[in-house]
Amino acid sequence: MTAVTRPGAAPRVRSPLAGGARHVFEYKARVYRRVWRGSIFSTFLSPVLFLAAMGIGLGGFVDHGNAIASLGGVSYAAFLAPGLLAAQGMQTATSESTWTVMGGFTWDRTFHGMYATPVTVAGIVFGQLAWVAVRLTIVAGAFFLVMLAFGFVASPLGVLGIGASVLTGLAFAAPITAFAAGRKNDTAFSVIFRFFITPLFLFSGTFFPIEQLPALIQPIAWLTPTWHGVALARGLSLGTIDPLGAVIHLAVLAGYIAVGLVWALLAFRRALSK
Amino acid sequence: MTTPIPAGADRQSLIRARGLTKKFADFVAVDAIDFDVAPGESFGFLGPNGAGKTSTMRMIGCVSPITGGELSVLGMNPASDGARIKARLGVVPQQDTLDMELTVRENLIIYGRYFDLGRRAAGIKADELLEFVQLADRAGSQVDSLSGGMKRRLTIARSLVNDPDLLLLDEPTTGLDPQARHLLWDRLYRLKQRGVTLVLTTHYMDEAEQLCDRLVIMDKARIVAEGSPKELIERYSTREVLELRFPVGVLETLETELDGLADRIERLPDRVLLYADDGEAAAAVAHARGLRPETVLVRRSSLEDVFLRLTGRTLIE
Repeated sequence: MTAVTRPGAAPRVRSPLAGGARHVFEYKARVYRRVWRGSIFSTFLSPVLFLAAMGIGLGGFVDHGNAIASLGGVSYAAFLAPGLLAAQGMQTATSESTWTVMGGFTWDRTFHGMYATPVTVAGIVFGQLAWVAVRLTIVAGAFFLVMLAFGFVASPLGVLGIGASVLTGLAFAAPITAFAAGRKNDTAFSVIFRFFITPLFLFSGTFFPIEQLPALIQPIAWLTPTWHGVALARGLSLGTIDPLGAVIHLAVLAGYIAVGLVWALLAFRRALSK
Repeated sequence: MTTPIPAGADRQSLIRARGLTKKFADFVAVDAIDFDVAPGESFGFLGPNGAGKTSTMRMIGCVSPITGGELSVLGMNPASDGARIKARLGVVPQQDTLDMELTVRENLIIYGRYFDLGRRAAGIKADELLEFVQLADRAGSQVDSLSGGMKRRLTIARSLVNDPDLLLLDEPTTGLDPQARHLLWDRLYRLKQRGVTLVLTTHYMDEAEQLCDRLVIMDKARIVAEGSPKELIERYSTREVLELRFPVGVLETLETELDGLADRIERLPDRVLLYADDGEAAAAVAHARGLRPETVLVRRSSLEDVFLRLTGRTLIE
């Protein structure tokens, strides 16, 4: 079969960039333009509340000689804030990658709609995750501004903590997007939040150094993207980061993202192309 | 729009399937079917639920890999040229895939963007299509607020955003009221006149008779008959059908009284169908034999008679 049915008009088949990823991104952005007002409150207010309560309230209560020494000579607020910055990336990414993704397959079926066009599986996955990256940047940027306003940033390098937060988020978004693509219902999502996200939020060094954990549990924290993201953001914000540590943190986060991406590509293909 | 095929040139099939097969694990959804769809034709797949119509449409739409046989769409191979084929297809899926969070017009624009239309071009196309499906006054509405018929029209408008050469419609009017169905048929007929090739599935016989030049009837993953609606009626049914309805209990007592009245006789719980070329004549003979049905109806044979004969009356779940 070589002949095309239209001898005169050669069809204009310009392959969209990365299989239409930018159009999928544009779709997400269009939807966000309709709903952003609803998220502005949580985007700005929750960091203000958290930093005020934990940093100033709890911090003022615990900041004394011993505590400051064990945190490396900084106030509790300055210790906590970059940790929260990174950990918030994990939470934002998880909520952006669970119901929304499953809905695209089972409720609105928008991913099926995209796949009926020249947009490819890779285009859908990359467009989706690129949008999550932008959302994470907005949320982390807002959080960083609040940190700055409270005076919780010690080093100019601290601004790079936004990047650490985005990478931490993507380390969750990629595999969770893959997981959500295969779901028929949403019961698993509350399990994810209850048994993964909440413990990771509490025990990955965000609120206290993981050295406080029993020695047996510490190595588990080292395996989580949350701990690496928190350590990276904190090292940058306090200006105590060492290059080798930074490279290791980045490598672990990149590893989670890469594995998640491959899994997402396979999961989306399986869900769309039956 | 499709350029007319030059006279004398081979009528290249727009879709060509040979031994086309789709299996899901052990379940055979489509079992080695052959068919051709010519440019400009409107072609239908009829069949009860689960006959394999949607699986076939999804394979043509390049969203479902074939398990066996051959399939070429627009002269290309869906396995290797999926995106290039899809660039020239319009697809109306059985379940709408509209974006509930966007407006009617935005739905069309973003879909145009998926086909790589420029933003301006997509906007112009969106307005043109909203006129075509009579939704211009709802351009700024949220999709959620539309009626079922409006959503379906929007889905059809969306499938036309790339000026497709081939339009795939999977049960386009299921669940719509008669007004909405007739409006949709009218729009589809106009597209056909413009040279767009239509391939549709349906289980509405009137829809098939209205829209299809040619159709195949599928049952249990296979094609059981093929032809124009008229040909199929001639081949598988008689010109007329005589329907005799009897009071409860009487039908069971009839034995030889019905013999020879028609080419084919079908007993249903409440009535008996006599397939005959001359229904009135058969009715007269029945009367002469002393049969006194409650009601007597002579009607023309329809595609529904063919369908029920070929696929049976058993309820398909």
